[in-house]
Amino acid sequence: MDIYLPIAELSVNAAVIIGLGLIVGITSGLFGVGGGFLMTPLLMFYGIPPAVAVASSATQVTGSSVSGAMAHWRRGGVDLKMGAVLVAGGIVGALLGSLLFSLLQTIGQIDLTISLIYVVFLSIVGFSMLTETVRTLRRQAKGIRPKRTKRHNAFIAALPGRMRFRAAGLYISPLAPFLIGILVGVLTFVMGIGGGLIMVPILIYVLGMSVSVVVGTSLFQIVFTTAAITMLHAVQSKTVDIVLAVLLLLGGVIGAQLGARIAIGLPPEKLRLALAILVLIVAGRLLFGLTVAPDNLFSVQLGGI
Amino acid sequence: MRILLLLAALIAAPAGAQVAPRLIADLSQSRIDIVYTFAGAELLVFGAIQYPDGKMPDERPDMAIIVRGPPESITVRRKERVLGVWVNTDAVRFETAPAFFHAASTRPILDIVDERTAAIFELSPEYLQLSPGGGADAATVTAFEAGLLGTWGSEDLYGADPVGVDIVEDVLYRARIDLPSKVPVGTYSVEIHLIQDGDVVSSATQTISVEKSGFERAVFMMAQNKGAAYGVFAVSIALLLGWLAGVILKR
Repeated sequence: MDIYLPIAELSVNAAVIIGLGLIVGITSGLFGVGGGFLMTPLLMFYGIPPAVAVASSATQVTGSSVSGAMAHWRRGGVDLKMGAVLVAGGIVGALLGSLLFSLLQTIGQIDLTISLIYVVFLSIVGFSMLTETVRTLRRQAKGIRPKRTKRHNAFIAALPGRMRFRAAGLYISPLAPFLIGILVGVLTFVMGIGGGLIMVPILIYVLGMSVSVVVGTSLFQIVFTTAAITMLHAVQSKTVDIVLAVLLLLGGVIGAQLGARIAIGLPPEKLRLALAILVLIVAGRLLFGLTVAPDNLFSVQLGGI
Repeated sequence: MRILLLLAALIAAPAGAQVAPRLIADLSQSRIDIVYTFAGAELLVFGAIQYPDGKMPDERPDMAIIVRGPPESITVRRKERVLGVWVNTDAVRFETAPAFFHAASTRPILDIVDERTAAIFELSPEYLQLSPGGGADAATVTAFEAGLLGTWGSEDLYGADPVGVDIVEDVLYRARIDLPSKVPVGTYSVEIHLIQDGDVVSSATQTISVEKSGFERAVFMMAQNKGAAYGVFAVSIALLLGWLAGVILKR
């Protein structure tokens, strides 16, 4: 069934878009990530203009993260203070991201930049996840207990004005999570992702946050930051396609529940290994797309320069 | 364009001693509504040729029909390989490129008229006058014009059908023009030209508006004019759907 998207200004096959949402939803439920890193590139491959893809995908992430965030909240799995600092940073980052986005759009480098940022970050995340997981799997095979990770990072300890984050089990300067929030906010805006894939490892390995509240706090910041980003896109670039976002959500929320059920009983380390490989495949595909000679060297933009 | 047509009519009139034939034209619809099921549209241009004193021509008449979308200023960019990656490097701006342009004719256009006439009446995409922005040399502009025609040609926004006009009994004519789902909104003009002995002897113009309507229009207008309210609306729907799904699917 064909449906016309009022903002993207083209007609899409509704079944294909819902199917895309379903696949991404299953992936996200299975691996416990937002799945935006899959969604945005898939939408762009399908032919949705990049600006509409990143904006609508942010809206979709808001919806797909809310029920998870609420579940963690009820369980006490959210460090509210930490979450608030991350959201504040995220909003500043989103503002910076929006400036960057419109600058790149005017000079015609937005598509390239989105792809390059994807390649760089997915490669970093994928490789570090892969080496980490392989190491853990080896240790498990040999029966060695993991070494305790270092709790204190010299740079972060040096930041002024320490505060106590009780649930997170941290006594650090709020500047550290604020800066992390900014970084993730910029990336969220430009890439149309939730940012959990980047946020979770940073919270665990850089801040040394206690693992029980990491996912809940990350989901909490994702809901608020992506909501703020949807607002920014709606006011500034006017590229939020609500019809597209709803279609993606229909598939995505169902898929996420299915994925979460499949994940029960699967070994978490093997899941992480699979996720690392998937992330690297997406990065590789995007890199390939940048290096292979395009069929048409020309592109047309309304307005511009 | 209108002025050109008028000039052509003035020049054409005294040249042939007899009065020029008149074109009667109509369209299958005067507006195209883009609704949520919109997947492109088919525009039928039809009408009749009225010969003075009912005298039929000795030779078969030829026609060209042009459907032209609203003019846009656009930027065409070209990619080049930089450090192994394809990057947009050069750009040329065109001030008045129609956002949609389809031409149909009874025969290939250069079999009917010479290049000069084709350029004056813009009878085919390659004869469009695009007014390139300053700075670029002629060769570059030509290359970028070809790039534009190729890009929008592959998206079906530009096209030419050399056998797209049917004339029945030298009197009734019709042409079918397909508009893809990506058509831009705005006012379109349909120009109908009767061509005899390599010259445009008679012309008629119709307009058609392509507009979003109903739900699509409401969403688009809200997004354009009330960005903040639209954002709140989008976030609320996302939150509501996400929350509902969590409640329903948890059992």
